[in-house]
Amino acid sequence: MTIAIYQSAMMNIVLARDEAPDVRTLRLQFADEADRVRFFQKYRVGMFGLYGVPGAGESAFCVASPPTRTGYVECTFRRTGRVTAAIRDREVGQAVTFRGPYGNSFPIESWKGRAIVFIAGGIGLPPIRSVIWNVLDRPGDFGPVTIVYGARTVADLVYKDELADWGARPDVKLVTAVDPGGETPDWKGQVGFVPFVLDHAAPPGAGAVALVCGPPIMIKFTLPVLLKLGFAPKDVYTTLENRMKCGVGQCGRCNVGSTYVCRDGPVFTLDQLRHMPAADM
Amino acid sequence: MKILDADKLPDLAAVLAAAGYRVVAPVRDGAQVRMAEWKPGLAIDAGPIPANSVKEFLFPRCEVIARYSLDGDSFAPQPAPVDAPKTAVLAVRPCDAAAMVALDKVFNWEYRDDAWNARREATTLVALVCAAADDECFCTSVGGAPDARLGADAVLRCADGASKFILEALGEKGQALLAAAAGVLADGDARPDPPASVPVRFDSKAVTDWCGENFESPLWRDLGLACLGCGSCAYACPVCHCFDIQDEGTRSEAVRLRNWDTCGLALFTQHSGGHNPRPDQAARWRQRVMHKFRYFVERFGGLACTGCGRCARLCPARLAISQVCREIDEARKAAAK
Ligand code: FES
Repeated sequence: MTIAIYQSAMMNIVLARDEAPDVRTLRLQFADEADRVRFFQKYRVGMFGLYGVPGAGESAFCVASPPTRTGYVECTFRRTGRVTAAIRDREVGQAVTFRGPYGNSFPIESWKGRAIVFIAGGIGLPPIRSVIWNVLDRPGDFGPVTIVYGARTVADLVYKDELADWGARPDVKLVTAVDPGGETPDWKGQVGFVPFVLDHAAPPGAGAVALVCGPPIMIKFTLPVLLKLGFAPKDVYTTLENRMKCGVGQCGRCNVGSTYVCRDGPVFTLDQLRHMPAADM
Repeated sequence: MKILDADKLPDLAAVLAAAGYRVVAPVRDGAQVRMAEWKPGLAIDAGPIPANSVKEFLFPRCEVIARYSLDGDSFAPQPAPVDAPKTAVLAVRPCDAAAMVALDKVFNWEYRDDAWNARREATTLVALVCAAADDECFCTSVGGAPDARLGADAVLRCADGASKFILEALGEKGQALLAAAAGVLADGDARPDPPASVPVRFDSKAVTDWCGENFESPLWRDLGLACLGCGSCAYACPVCHCFDIQDEGTRSEAVRLRNWDTCGLALFTQHSGGHNPRPDQAARWRQRVMHKFRYFVERFGGLACTGCGRCARLCPARLAISQVCREIDEARKAAAK
């Protein structure tokens, strides 16, 4: 007998793409069909997984691909430490370990017919990219889609090909921006910080849903703009990225107050965040 | 009534070992008494409260949770079997036995930990009614008692002025153990000695309530100033269960390990990007007390403290959680006046 919850699936890397300096996307295919079936029975957008390289360790990040695409799992991560460096160094044809999906998800079934506004900064796009594709893969189910995405510089924008894709679609309103000084001579998007750009784009908030993901400072200044635009705190969602080890509510590492981010999250509404101790985040 | 002479605990251990049990008992180790695997010749001393809790025999300090063979850039999973030997724990304190019940909840909270459950299943806890307590004991303040039976499969009780033990089975596992020990047990009568008396030192309900309203209290800062951040309290605690997962490897093999860890250490919540949600010892003390007296109650309906007092006995700075709770209780009473 082994401890079943810690046995990972073997995943083969079938595609690797460098998105931005130190940021990489991997497309992973389950080596074992039974693992794939089990994963997609449970997977909903917003959930995360633990990706690993034996000998280096495991690291938690979101699943960046939607459940509508059932052949693979994609993740996008920044190299920040030893484990992410080891995962970064893996190439197409090699394998990584994966266990999950864990955590809660965005309640997208309750958003049917409603306008959805996605707001992301930098490496905050991957956790909501899965939702964007999930929504776009189900035409007619949801209302109009607005995407506001900013990064420090043009080079720091992730999913550059997909941004071009989304920008060309009639069912998406895309606003891209870079921080002042981060633009290149041929930059066609906006220049400014995300909260400012959002305010300017002014998507109507009444009855709509907003997803915000990015650095804490961006979220902090974006929330008042959303409230001003008429979004209700219960309809504003974000994901928390605490340090996680077990993913299953037992190692005690991911608490914010009595909330276990790995179990009760990572998806929270602004309403819920207001009841969590800010000093613990 | 099953009776054992007070000096016959080693005989009990020997007969159980012969019956195939791994026997864990309070064994004298220099100046300390520790819960340890008993081997013939080792002296069992059920008098002092053991320095370590029984936790490590069910939840080891370090455990392999996954194993891989490595070959250049490729790897393959290998079996990582769980070690769950049939075990008898003799003279475990009631506070430790109760702690295992609290940990059952954690390790079966939505996701089940097979290793924990297998070891629990394979382990028979023979509780010892405490005949003496020290100044750090506070089981009666957190819902326990020196003769509590929660979590115990059998009970040993001092009798006839500490000259005998009465051994009583409480369930199937206890009955099986008594049957295996029949050769050293006598039928007879004995008068149980009174259990230790442990004064109630604080009102735990008041502490739980206070914690719900005092996330920002200056108390945390004061505690943080005295704390050295060494983590002994958590390692000695029978309920503390936080752990880390780390890989270790050679060229040909890698293991994924689960190691004890604690919220009292600075690196516990440190993000690889640099941010630390609990940047100072004050925030970590808050987490420790809140988790035990508030969050655990919210999530599992009970405290994550059974009043064993080990944290206080070991703390190099003499920070006793019971003292903290007493201060909280008093602060609350003063505020209510
Ligand atoms: S990651 Fe272990 S408890 Fe949440």
